[in-house]
Amino acid sequence: MSGHESNYTPNSAFERWLDKRLPIIRFANDTAISFPTPKNLNYWYVFGGILAVCLAIQIITGVILAMHYEASVDGAFASVERIMRDVPFGWLLRYIHANGASMFFLAVYLHMFRGLYYGSYKAPREVLWILGCIIYLLMMATAFLGYMLPWGQMSYHGANVITGLFGAIPLVGESLQTWILGGPSIGNQTLQRFFSLHYLLPFMIAAVVILHIWALHVPGNNNPTGVEVQDVEKDTVPFHPYYTVKDGFAIAVFLIMFAVFVFYAPTVLGHADNYVEANPLVTPSHIVPEWYMLPFYAILRAITFDIGPIDAKLLGVIFMFAAIAILFVVPWLDTSKVKSMRYRPVARQFFLGFVAVCLLLGWCGAANPDDAVIPALRGEASLVVTYTDAAGAVASATYAGGDEAYEAAEAFMATLPATAGASLEAVPAPTFLFRHLSLILTFMYFGYFVLLFFLGLSEKTKPLPESIHKSVLKAHKPKTGTAVPAE
Amino acid sequence: MKTFRILAASLAGLAFAGLAHAAGGAKHPHAPDGGWPFEGATGQYDKASVQRGYQVYKQVCSSCHSMKLLSYRNLGEKGGPFYDPEFPNPNDNPFVKALAAENEIVSPVPNDAGEFDLRPATPADRFRSPFPNDAAARAANGGALPPDLSVITKARVGGASYIYSLLTGYPDFSLYEDRITEENGETVYTTVIDMAKFEKLGEYMPHHGPAYLIQPTGQYYNPYMAGDTKPNYLGDPRHAPPGGFLAMGPQLTDGRVEYTDGTQATVDQMAHDVSQFLAWAGDPKLQARKEVGLATMVYLGILTILLWFSYKRIWRKVEH
Repeated sequence: MSGHESNYTPNSAFERWLDKRLPIIRFANDTAISFPTPKNLNYWYVFGGILAVCLAIQIITGVILAMHYEASVDGAFASVERIMRDVPFGWLLRYIHANGASMFFLAVYLHMFRGLYYGSYKAPREVLWILGCIIYLLMMATAFLGYMLPWGQMSYHGANVITGLFGAIPLVGESLQTWILGGPSIGNQTLQRFFSLHYLLPFMIAAVVILHIWALHVPGNNNPTGVEVQDVEKDTVPFHPYYTVKDGFAIAVFLIMFAVFVFYAPTVLGHADNYVEANPLVTPSHIVPEWYMLPFYAILRAITFDIGPIDAKLLGVIFMFAAIAILFVVPWLDTSKVKSMRYRPVARQFFLGFVAVCLLLGWCGAANPDDAVIPALRGEASLVVTYTDAAGAVASATYAGGDEAYEAAEAFMATLPATAGASLEAVPAPTFLFRHLSLILTFMYFGYFVLLFFLGLSEKTKPLPESIHKSVLKAHKPKTGTAVPAE
Repeated sequence: MKTFRILAASLAGLAFAGLAHAAGGAKHPHAPDGGWPFEGATGQYDKASVQRGYQVYKQVCSSCHSMKLLSYRNLGEKGGPFYDPEFPNPNDNPFVKALAAENEIVSPVPNDAGEFDLRPATPADRFRSPFPNDAAARAANGGALPPDLSVITKARVGGASYIYSLLTGYPDFSLYEDRITEENGETVYTTVIDMAKFEKLGEYMPHHGPAYLIQPTGQYYNPYMAGDTKPNYLGDPRHAPPGGFLAMGPQLTDGRVEYTDGTQATVDQMAHDVSQFLAWAGDPKLQARKEVGLATMVYLGILTILLWFSYKRIWRKVEH
């Protein structure tokens, strides 16, 4: 399947025999050993290998955890704790699996930003990019399903919120929601099907990963210059040992960070409420998803207004799914012929802004939408006295200011008759709320993709290097008086 | 690139600051003076303190709170408070057996006649639950369900510090005052706390002279409890005290338990010990985790260094 000549020579009689029947050694050799890879890949290109390791870790730990897990509303919470306490090294397996999800998403986000920066989605790699988007979507589904399994408060109420989104779809929504839950509300049947699907989806991910690697090996790797390989001799090195060792080093560094979380801060990425067994009658004060879903959660909650017949809830759902769907069409939204943002100075600035927007959206997703973004800038709350006036209508009086406002409000309340039923409450001063910030950021998120379309038509790009080989030599020119602009 | 890095770092910092602040409402829990011994990369539980904490749990907490996820054998397992290397199987440990036998439980399996006997617990049994079911627990506690304490330190933001702060954070009963008011011609008796006299709140200062917090019947104010004090606060609602109300009153009074090891049972000491005991109960594998962690770190560190030099050597002749 690889687009390069095979240089495999069977050395033994068995290899020659097998090569005529199932050339699997040849295939492995061409894919993972001799595959020509651009020699200028930087450390942003290591996350593919890291992600493969993440998937393997999640599947291995997950299969063992499933041997001890009990998918029932009465037993799930206790069985997870049994894994933590009584299964030999069960605590290690579960902490690796739970933190592994976060590590997986951290790596996939860096991998995706890398692809967006170096234009890895452009021809001839559109299918490669779309397969990656499918993997990402499957990952989100798997993570969501898996978060249900410990049967904690956040598991239950988070699942309630997300499955409720399907209920917002007009006409079929409610039936769809009931079909997904397997009943009118979350129950044992929901937990069992979520467990079943949580076990299934990772293998579907693995299958799409195979297609993803196939689609990578047809055109070959993109590289930081975005210039395609012209001379295999000069521009590339064989994957092994050059990239096995470089990826291996990066994987080891990544595993150190992973291990810091697993061994020294295993619960820091989770939520305390998920150590309380699920109780449908008690809703946590803030329902928040895991950190990797927060930007989309912020988009979902940013829409608080109706447009025509579409109500705010449905609109939020549409925007949230559109935020993921738009990634699928990026190859056609970006009109620039130049792949790498290295040579697109204007687009580069917007890309960095886009990264900042995504991080800020995550911040908004974690916050309470009605909290002030900068509490220090918020003025003092005003006091409102609500009472029933002589005519029997509800009236209110507002007192703004410092301590004297309270005195004035108290004095006013003292003048009211007991029948007025006066009550005093503090109304926060209007200020810039997370809700507002989320809305602005949502439009900036989508704006970036619109901008890519128009920018590509008009921008002035820097000259591209003639080849990967030349660009490498240029970057390594001996230092002279004038500084060399290196990346 | 540099400006971007600075921007990204500050954004990340801001996001974390935002998360830390998100708890809101209640006063931020604090660790006891000197911190917890089990914090940090190598920190372990103070075994003597966890042992005393078990005594506080047994004599005070266990009359209302269950710990359904723990068995008596856990007390004698490696990393547990009564672990004895002579008895790697805690079910053989005579001390653990004795601790278990102090509790009379309903046998979980029926006898030959099909009846459920009352019998002394064995190390294999779960911790005795004070109530047969949640409904009974509610009925005995004014409608409030005492939470199970098995993983309570993981289930609350702040962990052991939260338990410690909550147990030591109650206003002293001497601060409770009876307040008599006339309302619609009727005399109303309420129990209040004058917040100006509650010194434990530290920086918090109520504005405008007598600022009373009404104590609802069967509920107790605690500044570390999540909740809202505004509806019960007679004063400027903009300066309502932090915290909320809970159905558990202050349980620890000086000398409530008599420690077998002779330690003086002050409120602070008991809160410290029982919080540490609960931290162990929620995370009994902490010792093993940090031991395996250290070995893993050393291994990965050496592997990384070797891979770095391999990388440098393999790539030394390739311009890249």
